[in-house]
Amino acid sequence: MDFSLDKKHEMARTLFKEFAENEVKPLAQEVDETEKFPRGTVEKMQKIGFMGIPIPKEYGGQGCDPLTYIMCVEELSKVCGTTGVIVSAHTSLCCDPIMTYGTEEQKQKYLAPLAKGEKLGAFALTEPGAGTDAQGCQTKAVLDGEEWILNGSKCFITNGKEADIYIVIAVTDVKVDARGRKKKSFSAFIVEKDTPGFSFGTKEKKMGIRGSATYELIFEDCRIPKDNILGPQGKGFPIAMHTLDGGRIGIAAQALGIAEGALDATVAYTKERKQFGRSIAAQQNTQFQLADMAAKIEAAQMLVYKAAMAKATQKVYSVEAAKAKLFAAEVAMEVTTKCVQLFGGYGYIREYDVERMMRDAKITEIYEGTSEVQRMVISGALLK
Amino acid sequence: MKIVVCIKQVPDTKGGVKFNPDGTLDRGAMLTIMNPDDKAGLEAALRLKEQYGAEVTVLTMGLPKADEVLREAMAMGADKGILVTDRVLGGADTWATSTTIAGAIRNLEYDLIITGRQAIDGDTAQVGPQISEHLDIPVISYAQEIKIDGDYVVVQRQYEDRYHELKAKMPCLITALSELNEPRYMTPGGIFDAYDKEVTVWGRADLKDVDDSDLGLKGSPTKIAKASDKVKKGAGEKVVPDTAEDAVSYIVGKLKEKHVI
Repeated sequence: MDFSLDKKHEMARTLFKEFAENEVKPLAQEVDETEKFPRGTVEKMQKIGFMGIPIPKEYGGQGCDPLTYIMCVEELSKVCGTTGVIVSAHTSLCCDPIMTYGTEEQKQKYLAPLAKGEKLGAFALTEPGAGTDAQGCQTKAVLDGEEWILNGSKCFITNGKEADIYIVIAVTDVKVDARGRKKKSFSAFIVEKDTPGFSFGTKEKKMGIRGSATYELIFEDCRIPKDNILGPQGKGFPIAMHTLDGGRIGIAAQALGIAEGALDATVAYTKERKQFGRSIAAQQNTQFQLADMAAKIEAAQMLVYKAAMAKATQKVYSVEAAKAKLFAAEVAMEVTTKCVQLFGGYGYIREYDVERMMRDAKITEIYEGTSEVQRMVISGALLK
Repeated sequence: MKIVVCIKQVPDTKGGVKFNPDGTLDRGAMLTIMNPDDKAGLEAALRLKEQYGAEVTVLTMGLPKADEVLREAMAMGADKGILVTDRVLGGADTWATSTTIAGAIRNLEYDLIITGRQAIDGDTAQVGPQISEHLDIPVISYAQEIKIDGDYVVVQRQYEDRYHELKAKMPCLITALSELNEPRYMTPGGIFDAYDKEVTVWGRADLKDVDDSDLGLKGSPTKIAKASDKVKKGAGEKVVPDTAEDAVSYIVGKLKEKHVI
């Protein structure tokens, strides 16, 4: 069992780190403060292939593995959680399902520009009445000749309004079983921005990842071509769940990066900050806190990398993804909270990055399946 | 067009500097980067490739570890990498280095050779021009802009307050300044491709028309008396002489004391 990265992954990490330090870190505070989507950064990432890392070259991607992509999200999130999730939502939730379930025509038409970064992607499952309980979805798609007609709304959609291509999950059939219970079946669709009948509602004002655009999507008799159904009709739910398995590894990497970034900042700060005539790093409380955080972060990294490897080699990796996300997200929240504490009053001030990192960390316990959902997935596999 | 870019793996000055007992750098023990001027030279070559079409070969002399810097160059877009490495080449000064690199380049076809102006570890700025002497081709140093005009290369050579525009027939050697451009990032796919490609490794036996007496530490006229990391300057001495004559005689005295005059 070899825990060291090979040279190509080491070099990829150097690249991601260099880009994050030079291009992303200087903007992180401003992006948070102004809640402005970092379009310029996305354009820079497009040029150097960060928007299609695990997608094969024949579809415009970089032809790397999931681990390389995960390391990119990790390094970006070390300095800016917003930038990390933009790449994660685009790659895991939009490129990946088209790669997995798309027809050759869909891959050429939609995946190639996404993987090249010419277009940005998003994924829409959540609705006002359906978060963790996806069965509560109301958005409907009805086939009318050569077109599907979409009606309904989606909320909390990452990359909303900024994205050009959306994977939308909608109800396509409702069956009533022998006991009279309604059972919905879903399908997945590819919807382009600017399609008539597709508009954007409220932009959410958030606690963290404030530069990430989070929008409500509204479909009012939105007609899309019949061929824009993704995967078989009625298979939208398993497609969404499988997509989220991959997405969770991305969010786990985001959480890991946030925790690492906070620890790096805190190690540096505790060496400089003097209290009672010596640096606070010289206090045993600080040393023990830092040690605990470093150990937990490394454990999280192992789980995240293991899940990324599982995605590369296994058909099903739900449990690995759930464990990685559960643990990394909770480590991120714990570590950033402790880091703010070690910064003392300064940690509560926006000028210091750990303040933002603590706010950014919280969402990783919530989106793409709450920690509670991850526990359901893990225990479900244990008890089956 | 065929372009050879000479690059060097140098210590990252952000990390600590470590020395061997003989005063040469302990390159194996330090964090390393591609020398910034060389990276600008590589970027210039890659832009010429995009603009005019070219095959870009990167060449380095160093420890086996210097393979990394070639992979990095290939991940940026260079087509081929050549590593010149051999124990007998170790401890080379600029003369022995330029002799070695010229010996390697004699095996290659080239229209243009680009080197960095100087490396941040030695700061001599000698190797590029020396290579051109060994190969008997023109050199234009301190390039801040490079253009191709048929069989000629048109280069702006930077001075402190002006530049000269020089035109030379190819083959020719250019030394690049880091101000020449903003080097591109590697791409993730480029990194994977770079590690899937072969890097050519050459040793002493592959060098053409060079004499053993010009190679390695033995072939180096420069002998390092002492080397150290940057030493912090002392606080200095403040003197307030009464007259201008006193000031002059004090300064002259100090210069004599230090054997400057």
